[in-house]
Amino acid sequence: MKTVSKLMAAACLFAGVFAASEGVRADEPIKVGVLHSLSGTMAISETALKDVMEFLISEQNAKGGVLGRKLEAVVVDPASDWPLFAEKARELIEQHEVDVVFGCWTSVSRKSVLPVFEELNGMLFYPVQYEGEESSRNIFYTGAAPNQQAIPAVEYLMSEEGGSVERWVLAGTDYVYPRTTNKILEAFLKAKGVAEEDIMINYTPFGHSDWQTIVSDIKKFASAGKKTAVVSTINGDANVPFYKELGNQGIAAEDIPVVAFSVGEEELAGIDTGPLVGHLAAWNYFMSVESDKNSEVIEKWHEFIGNEDRVFNDPMEAHYIGFQMWVQAVEKAGTTDIDAVRTAMYGQTAPNLTGGTAVMNVNHHLSKPVLIGEIQDDGQFDVVWETDGVVPGDAWSDFIPESAKLMSDWTEPFSCGNCEKPSS
Amino acid sequence: MIDRKSRDLSGNRTLGAAALGAALLFATAPVASEPSEADFHAALQALDTQKFQQKAQAIEHLGALDNPRILEVLESLAKGRLYVRKDGRIVIAERSGKKYLIQDAISGRPEPEAGKKELKKIKVNNRLRRLIRGVTGRLALFSDDPDRRVKAADNLIKNPNPQVLPLFRQARDRETDDAVRAKLEVGIAVLELEADDPALRLAATTTLAETSDPDIRSLLEHRLQTDAEPNLEIRDALHGAIETIDRKLWLFGIAENLLFGISLGSVLLLAAIGLAITFGVMGVINMAHGEMIMLGAYSAFMVQEIFRSVVPPELFGFYLLAALPVAFLMSASMGVLIERGVIRFLYGRPLETLLATWGISLILQQLVRSIFGANNREVANPEWISGAIEIAGGVTVTLNRLCIILFSLAVVAALAAFIRYSRFGLNMRAVTQNRSMAASMGIRTGQVDALTFALGSGIAGVAGMALSQISNVSPNLGQNFIVDSFMVVVFGGVGSLWGTIVGAFSLGIVNKFLEPVSGAILGKIVVLVFIILFIQMRPRGLFALKGRAAGD
Amino acid sequence: MGPLSSRLFALESRRGWTVFMGLAAVLMAVVPVLNLAVPEDTWLHVPTFWVTTLGKFLCFAMLALALDLIWGYAGILSLGHGAFFGLGGYAMGMYLMRQIGERGVYGHPELPDFMVFLNWKELPWYWYGFDSFAFAVLMAMLVPGALAFVFGWLAFRSRITGVYFSIISQAMVFAMMLAFFRNEMGFGGNNGLTDFKDLLGFDLSASTTKVGLYVISALMLGLVYLLCRYVVTSKLGRVLIAVRDAESRVRFLGYSVTRAKLFVFTLSAVLAGIAGALYVPQVGIINPGEFTPAKSIEVAIWVAVGGRGTLFGAAAGAVAVNGAKSLLTGIAPEIWLFFLGALFILVTLLMPRGLVGVVRQWRERRAISKASHSDSHVSA
Repeated sequence: MKTVSKLMAAACLFAGVFAASEGVRADEPIKVGVLHSLSGTMAISETALKDVMEFLISEQNAKGGVLGRKLEAVVVDPASDWPLFAEKARELIEQHEVDVVFGCWTSVSRKSVLPVFEELNGMLFYPVQYEGEESSRNIFYTGAAPNQQAIPAVEYLMSEEGGSVERWVLAGTDYVYPRTTNKILEAFLKAKGVAEEDIMINYTPFGHSDWQTIVSDIKKFASAGKKTAVVSTINGDANVPFYKELGNQGIAAEDIPVVAFSVGEEELAGIDTGPLVGHLAAWNYFMSVESDKNSEVIEKWHEFIGNEDRVFNDPMEAHYIGFQMWVQAVEKAGTTDIDAVRTAMYGQTAPNLTGGTAVMNVNHHLSKPVLIGEIQDDGQFDVVWETDGVVPGDAWSDFIPESAKLMSDWTEPFSCGNCEKPSS
Repeated sequence: MIDRKSRDLSGNRTLGAAALGAALLFATAPVASEPSEADFHAALQALDTQKFQQKAQAIEHLGALDNPRILEVLESLAKGRLYVRKDGRIVIAERSGKKYLIQDAISGRPEPEAGKKELKKIKVNNRLRRLIRGVTGRLALFSDDPDRRVKAADNLIKNPNPQVLPLFRQARDRETDDAVRAKLEVGIAVLELEADDPALRLAATTTLAETSDPDIRSLLEHRLQTDAEPNLEIRDALHGAIETIDRKLWLFGIAENLLFGISLGSVLLLAAIGLAITFGVMGVINMAHGEMIMLGAYSAFMVQEIFRSVVPPELFGFYLLAALPVAFLMSASMGVLIERGVIRFLYGRPLETLLATWGISLILQQLVRSIFGANNREVANPEWISGAIEIAGGVTVTLNRLCIILFSLAVVAALAAFIRYSRFGLNMRAVTQNRSMAASMGIRTGQVDALTFALGSGIAGVAGMALSQISNVSPNLGQNFIVDSFMVVVFGGVGSLWGTIVGAFSLGIVNKFLEPVSGAILGKIVVLVFIILFIQMRPRGLFALKGRAAGD
Repeated sequence: MGPLSSRLFALESRRGWTVFMGLAAVLMAVVPVLNLAVPEDTWLHVPTFWVTTLGKFLCFAMLALALDLIWGYAGILSLGHGAFFGLGGYAMGMYLMRQIGERGVYGHPELPDFMVFLNWKELPWYWYGFDSFAFAVLMAMLVPGALAFVFGWLAFRSRITGVYFSIISQAMVFAMMLAFFRNEMGFGGNNGLTDFKDLLGFDLSASTTKVGLYVISALMLGLVYLLCRYVVTSKLGRVLIAVRDAESRVRFLGYSVTRAKLFVFTLSAVLAGIAGALYVPQVGIINPGEFTPAKSIEVAIWVAVGGRGTLFGAAAGAVAVNGAKSLLTGIAPEIWLFFLGALFILVTLLMPRGLVGVVRQWRERRAISKASHSDSHVSA
């Protein structure tokens, strides 16, 4: 019978949510939706982003909020369940009437919520590096597009400084981000004169844990007398066993460097990085970069979370930048109205934590610097290379024939996410 | 700190050659003039720059100097332990807690420790590390430690350079260790492939045919393809050598797949063995089995953390041994709790145990997530199970996997012996075979149930401790193993320990032989379809129980 | 009354029909009217959020019915029913994908976007025909049915029962998941099929379309329920229950157990396929996530929570568990798994016959006490 009463209580709560849809008063807080998985497979990566949003919101409230109103985080758990993401997005916008949402990690979760945001005219900040080939009026992409991560990394490895690599292994988890990135890289490498037989492409399932065969294959592939590198788009969970196998099979970075696009400080926190020193990652941010802004934010972050060991990584910085820009845009627009804020977003600038300034472009992507770092034995990265300035994110890759024709510009009167480039 | 201009560094191909000449000079004259501290100091200070190019030059200078400290300084640099102190001096620093232990780079004398803020690390990149390895490698050819000599020779074989030939010959003539000498012979042969004298080239080809290294195979092929070899007889010999190596490599390939298969099988076995008891023997569809594995892994993590903070560092490697009983007890006591609290009310309703244990699994996952956080925890491989043994021809078996193979066999053997010979094992078998008869013989069946479940859970915990060495330690850990575990137990035959063992190893081996042909994903699908079809033929698995106990 | 309609009326007791009709009226008339006709700022208004969420739950309820039909009545616990649900969903998704036509981002008249940017040159053969709605609907039933038929034929023929069947059905769904993850399969890999625009010319983002889909789901749920009821009250249904309780005896009596099981299993898969086909346009995405073994296990849990072998309970369980999940992930995002886990444990321990069992028990008890009260007034 206890359970029955519990259910009764649940039913009452149901009704409570029903009744919550009233008009918003001026002194009420501005609601910020946080749509990150706190359970299920993606909780590993996304929980930290929920924490960082709470951190940013509390910081902003300490400064007096926005437009004289406090900010309030509305946290929900889409539980790594993709249709649930769509349901929760709708709940945030329709039921909680949030003014902006920060969320999603995987491409599939973004694809799942995209129609909801477009239908209800919401605003989503998506903080993770992704495959591009998408442009929505309702989404701001604060993570890296392929031209802000993959291509500079490969260029670096091809250079004298990076080791003049001539032979490439493109290893990835079999999903859309690695597939697209590898397609782009393949076209790029071939354009640079790399022969077909000098490229090996390998896909593995999610959470792949037995890397013996593949690491051994990489070793064999690399024994052709040409300098070889691995470009890894292996996803989160599978990285730990992959790197453990690399380390134990004695593949040193000096012989076969591995450059990864999905491995940051958070992922390395689960690995003993001693044997991995020198393997690389390309991001727009590294925690180890020494700048006043960076140390200030990290210090406050540690204070907020109450744990000195918590790391700060690239998607967290993306949220940091996206959030600053949103706050500025709201202040500029003088309202939280989505259309006004969106217009005010274009051209917004915010300081990167690594120095320099990020700019929000009219294609809803940021201009950010690209950094390449080598793994150190303390689980951090040392930056070994950096672009001279910022690189503007490109929604439509130039290395995919159909996509090269497209451009994205969401300002009036143009306002389009996938129209043909003017042919001048 | 950021080297913004490093991209426009021009390449310097003469660099390697210069360093080499310097090293040769040093090597051919091991006993040289009095060390010049001033030169050393100047070369060392030149490392304090942002530019990788200048660092490279400084490394060359250092390599050319004759000072017994050079090797240590360069190795520290490669490991990222060389720092610039606030006063501008260069020191070797090692992190110890929040502080850094410091010694002077030139003298090697210890200095007062410093905090992070007082030190600036001298960064190196892969290119510099390679350069350092080249320089130190040549020095190491004459090291006292045979292992280091082998490594140095290996490194020089991988990056052949005609100029090191005299160095190699000299090292071979001095060499006393047969294994190292053989290595050096191979190195010399690699270089002599390009000698002017055809006899030398032929001899080199013969020597290289003895090896089974894919690197050398591609070297031979390269010579053929580029028509670098004019002599027809030697060309034939090269063809022959490639064939010989290919034959060996083919055999090694099979051996390698077998080894990988056994290793995967041992992982499956470890994951499934606890389930073979809770599900196989007791008939509980234990969806929380994966979480028992997870608890074991987290126990290993906790023991490791305790060792890190309490036990002296030289004993750290033994934390795994200490974690073994902890992992067992942790999961076993959770098992008792689950059995007494929930499952004992559900005997005879096997499908409902599925529901309840699924609920338990959700709770345990969330519990661990709330306590330890959602992200991965680092469980380090102790020194004694890091690295790999190279068997031959590039076939390596990593030590952690080797340990897991042995460990899984040991666990199974211990378990089998326990069930076979102990009093409790006897009771357990009696209760599974005929509960009411056992009860009337005075066996306290409730107690036996609880302890059997605890045994299965505890073994899952021990497995988790072992699996933490090769896998993620995260709240999702258990979910990654649960489906595979059930497949193994069902494939092998529910209730049969032998079936589980044979099932695990055969699935592992089949998988690993499929993987190179079909790719990892298709391979897994094929294995699953194979299980489904196999069950059609033998609906009770590989080793079906016969007689009454086999009833529904 | 004709024989069919009398048979129809006999499916439920009078009280059963009252409840059924009442629920149908609420779900199919009251909710839509409150959503569309009542102004948004009044408390009576049902937001579109709840309509779409309820629509989703109704599809889950249909899936639960399909599972209860075989688990509750024939004792076959399939832990792979997500496979049939997902296949039905993919069939519908492929139709919706073809409907996008030139409105895709690359403006390709035939190829879906994901094929364009992965450099596919032409449509794979198995995508042909899905531009027709009728074909897609047919496939949404045929493909799951065919898979179930083959799988069931293999399994029941060799008398795989109980846990063994459960585990190999899990192997099946797991293999399906891995297969659909592969981008080479041509189903969009991990992202699956998304970005749907319209269904039979109706704009999917319009709220009338949403309500329409919701009403159709409710209607289908009602029909599926009656169909299941029809099956379990037929002679076949009685054979199935006998199989569940003593399979060998039924076999010895000369019934073809294999055929009966195969029929009901295939029927169940077709129903799951229909549920999947209705689910996809409402959630706007179909991807291999539907094939994860955990999702299929969850279906069994809905049935158990509601009450196995009662049909009505299965549907109620699906709505209750998913409702609890939707609610708790919103109000207690960091600890909701504790509640859900505890719910599963408590239901198994305290309510072995599920929610429906509790209600029945309570009713029986009341009837007994009433009966003992009015003992003396019994009239002849």
